[in-house]
Amino acid sequence: MYNHILSIILFTPLVGALILLFVPKENKDAIRWIANIFALGGFLVSLPLVAWFWALRFEPGFKFIEGVPNNWIPSIGAGYVIGIDGISFLLIMLTTLLGWISILSSWTAIENRVKEYYIWFLILQTGMLGVFMALDFFLFFVFWEAMLVPMYLLIGIWGGPRKLYAAIKFFLYTLAGSVLMLLGILFLYFHHHVLTGVYTFSLTALYETAPKIYSDPAYGPTIATLLFFAFFFAFAIKVPMFPFHTWLPDAHVEAPTAGSVILAGVLLKMGTYGFIRFSLPFFPDVLTHTKVRGWMIALSIIAIIYGALVSLMQKDMKKLVAYSSVSHLGFCTLGIFVLTPLGLSGSVLQQINHGISTGALFLIVGILYERRHTREISEYGGISNVMPVYATITMIMFLSSMGLPLLNGFVGEFTILQGTFMESWRWGAWAVPGVVLGAAYLLWLYQRVFFGTVTNPKNEKLHDLTPREVLTFAPLLVMAFWIGLYPKPFFQILEQPVNQIVANVRNPQAGGVMNAAITAAPNRAQIANVSLIAPAKGKN
Amino acid sequence: MGLLSQFTAADYLLALPITLLTLFALGILLIDLMLPPENKWANAVTALIGVLFAGGGVVKIQFWEQANRSVSMGAVGLMRTMLVDRGALYFFYLFLAGTAIAILMSVRYMKTEHENHGEYYALMLLSVAGMMCMAAGFDIVLIFIGLELMAISTYVLVGFLRRDRRSNEAALKYFLLGAFSSGIFAYGLSLMYGLTGSTNLAVIGHGLAGILAKDPHNPVVIVALLTTATGLLFKVAAVPFHQWAPDAYEGAPTSITGFMSVAVKAAGWAMLLRIMGATYPAYPSVLLGFAAARPIYVPLFVFVSIATMTGANFAALTQTNTKRLLAYSSIAHVGYMLLGLVAGTATELSTDGVKGILIYLLVYTFMNLGAFGVIASLRHRHVIGDELDDLNGLYARAPVEAVLMLIFLLSLAGIPPLAGFWGKYFIFLSLIETGHYALASLAVLYSVFGLYYYLRMANAMFMGKPEEEGALPVSWSMRIALGVSGFATLFIGIMPERFIDLANWALGLVQTPAMAKLVH
Repeated sequence: MYNHILSIILFTPLVGALILLFVPKENKDAIRWIANIFALGGFLVSLPLVAWFWALRFEPGFKFIEGVPNNWIPSIGAGYVIGIDGISFLLIMLTTLLGWISILSSWTAIENRVKEYYIWFLILQTGMLGVFMALDFFLFFVFWEAMLVPMYLLIGIWGGPRKLYAAIKFFLYTLAGSVLMLLGILFLYFHHHVLTGVYTFSLTALYETAPKIYSDPAYGPTIATLLFFAFFFAFAIKVPMFPFHTWLPDAHVEAPTAGSVILAGVLLKMGTYGFIRFSLPFFPDVLTHTKVRGWMIALSIIAIIYGALVSLMQKDMKKLVAYSSVSHLGFCTLGIFVLTPLGLSGSVLQQINHGISTGALFLIVGILYERRHTREISEYGGISNVMPVYATITMIMFLSSMGLPLLNGFVGEFTILQGTFMESWRWGAWAVPGVVLGAAYLLWLYQRVFFGTVTNPKNEKLHDLTPREVLTFAPLLVMAFWIGLYPKPFFQILEQPVNQIVANVRNPQAGGVMNAAITAAPNRAQIANVSLIAPAKGKN
Repeated sequence: MGLLSQFTAADYLLALPITLLTLFALGILLIDLMLPPENKWANAVTALIGVLFAGGGVVKIQFWEQANRSVSMGAVGLMRTMLVDRGALYFFYLFLAGTAIAILMSVRYMKTEHENHGEYYALMLLSVAGMMCMAAGFDIVLIFIGLELMAISTYVLVGFLRRDRRSNEAALKYFLLGAFSSGIFAYGLSLMYGLTGSTNLAVIGHGLAGILAKDPHNPVVIVALLTTATGLLFKVAAVPFHQWAPDAYEGAPTSITGFMSVAVKAAGWAMLLRIMGATYPAYPSVLLGFAAARPIYVPLFVFVSIATMTGANFAALTQTNTKRLLAYSSIAHVGYMLLGLVAGTATELSTDGVKGILIYLLVYTFMNLGAFGVIASLRHRHVIGDELDDLNGLYARAPVEAVLMLIFLLSLAGIPPLAGFWGKYFIFLSLIETGHYALASLAVLYSVFGLYYYLRMANAMFMGKPEEEGALPVSWSMRIALGVSGFATLFIGIMPERFIDLANWALGLVQTPAMAKLVH
């Protein structure tokens, strides 16, 4: 099991989907049970990985590698190669956890076409996990694209009134970005062949050659920059970064609750993950030698401020949460592009935090929607009187999302801002108002929905959370407090890959790339920064 | 009788699949006379057996060629009119696979249309015989005869629904435009003959190379190329020679639409590759047809390909008839495939580009036939079933068909890991490999357009409300056809290695195909 743990995690949901195919669709409860068992099973099989990974957390390079390069389609050099480092480890754990929670939360929310719903959801789960595990660029691309189909159907079939529009928009936007990425991948593939005479999509092999494009007289900075943008569009649309975010509110508002949770919690992270895994190591010189990085930072800051301002003005709760994602993901991309170890590890941690907090926020909105079938803020008021448990959990999650100390959001945002200030105080100064605005739109929302007296008679009879619903929130609450109170283990897990990536980007020639950094000892000073300073702040 | 005595056993062997198809076609016509109306399905069975026998003949040629080292790359026969090389064998298999699936799709469909005559299957087999002449022709006369045999059979098949005005209109339109383009094509061929004094493609190829070496812009060669290319591009339905396609596709019986969109189109491509001398990208010294005129035809194909992708993708966006929509989509696919010929340097063809075209045609056979099969299965009692609205709620009425259709549509859109992705993949790969970055970017962006109109169909199937209640009756033969197409689309998508190998073998890049081992 140890040697194939990643494949087991990857395919458990798919096995569940295949089994569901043979269950008669009238038997809705059996379908729900099987889907939940496999979703929980998917989470449980990923738990041994925590212990095993913890033991290897300071080891350099990718771990738990399965498969050898080029074993899938030898004639083109594509392989089934999967493996993880600290960054993908955390994202995989987030995916298995949120996958289980989303499926659990769908128990009563989905009443029609139950069988298909769970089948597509489980397939989606496998697709997302594959994206985070793939160490072969081709395999990555296959998962990246294939995952769009179940998401499109989830929005399109079980979504709200404008579901068709939202589903097609989601699919087209993401596809438009990723087709250009395919061309970029092919370029790197041929470039690798020119340098080494080998055709391969193996990621570790491409890490060696791709950074050389910038200084290669045959290609030069212009080509390297164009390539950077070929990848950028794919990832920026997925994140989504500022001008490419317009699909997000539509998709979020129309998607069913569980779909929104997965969309915000995991799918958006694929974009940031792509930046970290591909854009930074492939094009270090483009980031350090050209104006591109400034643009990325600017777009991130715009996203932070703009997302928060737009959130303030929303009348629909779900749309508000959707726009808040734009703002939060702005912090994540900011942390990536400041290119400091602190910024990058803060960014990854903030991605996890966003998955937990925003996932919970969508669940919260979904619970009200399931009871009242409206998300208009003005329809509510004084909910804390009728649903006290719900109101308490909501408060904790709101505080976590806005970055209150002791909760997870603070650690992530603070580390990102710290990393940003180390690079340039101006960038940091521009980003800080986002934190304040974040508190503003969330607190104002809370005030309007929960405080006061019950003004709308329809809200008087609302029943509080059921045990199943509390169960969906429990792991998220635990994680929120854990990261908020004691983030050190998370930073330790991130320390090695983050330092390595930043070292490679900052100094590509000296380090060779990834593989050379395996032999070189990681910079101890940077490690000290990450593991000592940040948790101390977390306890403030 | 003097000539006939020169025939060797090899000549008969090379013509074996064509002979068998013709014999079976004639046999069907005879048997049909004796069949009572309720047993007309026996014609389809006979036709299937004919296809199987022809397939056996192709396998026999393949093994004979592999056993004979002297002809391992292809045998010339029938007084130098046929060159049965591996590329031709590849196309033979493709035609037969497409035809077999199309026959399976026809049984119930033609019965519903009350046009269940033996001629239908006889004409299909005859047109396949014509296609084989096109794919294996080494002499422009044989190619032209093959083309006409195929085309005339297809004209009749398009108009096979005698009582349906759309079908008649489509047949007439297709016939008039087809005959016109054949005329232009024949004019180009005559110029080729006039320039080189031969009808043999190899002699023409070397003759043209000699002429172009002296004068790279010889006007007669350019005119010959333009007229020939017009005929060829008409047959594969590239913009601006595509107008016949949507009408013919819409009016023809749906099973024939499927047949035309894969087998007839593949035959057009086989002929195009032959005459453009593109079947030997790995052997630059082999000059067939217009191989030496590459610097002239590349700009032409760039233009046609951009026009095709643009025109077809935009036109498809607004279609409400699924057959027309798929017609435009198949035109768009031609645009991508043409880029495979553009890839390469100014004088040398990219191997990956031609490989892309071959793989594209292979995967296209299954996914497109599958899509038309689902549409054909919507035809029952009084429902024609070719409007977009007829797909509404298909999932509720026939979940398996709907999911298969989704697979076909996504495969057509080029989403991995489905078969259609590999066609596009190799085309884009060849473009990037040879530095055509702008063309590659344009093509991938147009493929996003494609997704939009495929998703419109998917939306209708999965999210629309069915207009009729009750399960959709789907015949067994149709189920087999859809099952085979769906399986192939998935299998080629996930495990493409063997099929890439097959295309490599067809191009003479590898000697022992995995597929040949499978056949043993």
